[in-house]
Amino acid sequence: MRVSSARGDSPETALAIAEVTSAAKDVLEGAFPPMWVRGEVTNFTAHRNGHWYFTLRDKTAQISCVVWSRDTLRIPAPPDEGMQVTTRGQLSVFPGQGKMQLMINAIEAEGEGLWRKQFEKTRAALEKDGLLDPSRRRPIPRFPRRVAIVTSPDGAALRDVIAVISRRNPGVEIIVVPATVQGEAAPASLVAALGRVARWNAADVVIIGRGGGSREDLWAFNDERVARAIAACPIPTISAVGHEVDITIADLVADFRAATPSAAAERAVPVLSEVVASVRSLGRVLLEGVVGRLRDSTRELRQFSRDLAVRSQRVVERRRARVQELAATIEALSPLATLARGYAVALNERGGALGSAALFAPGMPFALELRDGRVHATADDVKVRQPATGTAPVRRSGVRGKA
Amino acid sequence: MTFEKNLERLEQIAASLDRDDLSLDQALTLFEEGIANLKSATKELERAEGKVKLLVEKAEGVFEVSDDDG
Repeated sequence: MRVSSARGDSPETALAIAEVTSAAKDVLEGAFPPMWVRGEVTNFTAHRNGHWYFTLRDKTAQISCVVWSRDTLRIPAPPDEGMQVTTRGQLSVFPGQGKMQLMINAIEAEGEGLWRKQFEKTRAALEKDGLLDPSRRRPIPRFPRRVAIVTSPDGAALRDVIAVISRRNPGVEIIVVPATVQGEAAPASLVAALGRVARWNAADVVIIGRGGGSREDLWAFNDERVARAIAACPIPTISAVGHEVDITIADLVADFRAATPSAAAERAVPVLSEVVASVRSLGRVLLEGVVGRLRDSTRELRQFSRDLAVRSQRVVERRRARVQELAATIEALSPLATLARGYAVALNERGGALGSAALFAPGMPFALELRDGRVHATADDVKVRQPATGTAPVRRSGVRGKA
Repeated sequence: MTFEKNLERLEQIAASLDRDDLSLDQALTLFEEGIANLKSATKELERAEGKVKLLVEKAEGVFEVSDDDG
């Protein structure tokens, strides 16, 4: 005789459906630890309640999948239809549909599919709003007095930044603005910290970043809200996320992208001794500039006065030469010179020169002007020589000398 | 005037003093201004009170920078 102690053994002990599904759920969850499953995504639906539903399948089998809304936050982007993915999840039973399902909390697409997808989506959104325009980039101040750093208060990044800045210029003030830099709370925390820096508005430059980590660790720096907060910051920003190879959305929006936090500190703060040297050299340039200008002016002045002297000298000499020339001419033309040599000039009664025999008539009184006196006379006979025409001289008679 | 602005002005002045089209009067005025910038920049450099401080927001818009142990 069979002892039927187990429930469900007979119509009398039939189980309620919920009891069956609940028991099946326990068995499945107990038998399968969380595991990675590979397949192709089909029938993807992002439900209003925030959960994602889809089917994973391969050539011969399929399994229903769900991602609870709180788990979707850790996945960079929803998978595309037909995408080959590897998922981590817990096999279980969904009592509502009496269906076996995989409750997924991680999805990785081949390559870097999902990360890349989300990255490009965020980049496109920022680009559309012009936030990636290189012309938006502000210059980083050359000599900041006060550097704010938004990062984890106990991370390697902060230590590096403080070490580099204090070494380069111990006079620069470092303002730590603590933020959570990884995990779900990180974006909001970074946005809040940037907001504080912006409202305070007393730093010269702000470094935002963290040390190296996995792609997941750095993901907050790819968050659109963080990017927008960086873009909205009234103070020039330097991003410094992870290592050389990690490029994040924050890097694209910041005014300057430093490869590492140490590099950010170097970019932000010049070495004090170099600044001192450049101030000194500016002082020298200033002095040399003004001394040179003075020397030039003095030289110009001296040259000018020399020119002036030479020029006036020349004017005087030109005048003197002209005077001498005129004097010589006058001398040559003077009748006195002729008289001095023993010639006489005949003058009429009015003192006009009688330079031609034709001006005389017999009996006409005239005077002879000589070197040492005047002789009065009367014309006695006048013979006018004809010019070279060959005719005989005209004779006019009756010129008589009278002393 | 900030250190940065001081130095920028100083660089401008140094460059202008090299120009030939500047009158002596203008050069001397610029020089005087440059010396004032130089003095103020040098004084600023001698200030060395940099510290690591923590930015704390007491209430919306009220900030305090307190000394940090880190």
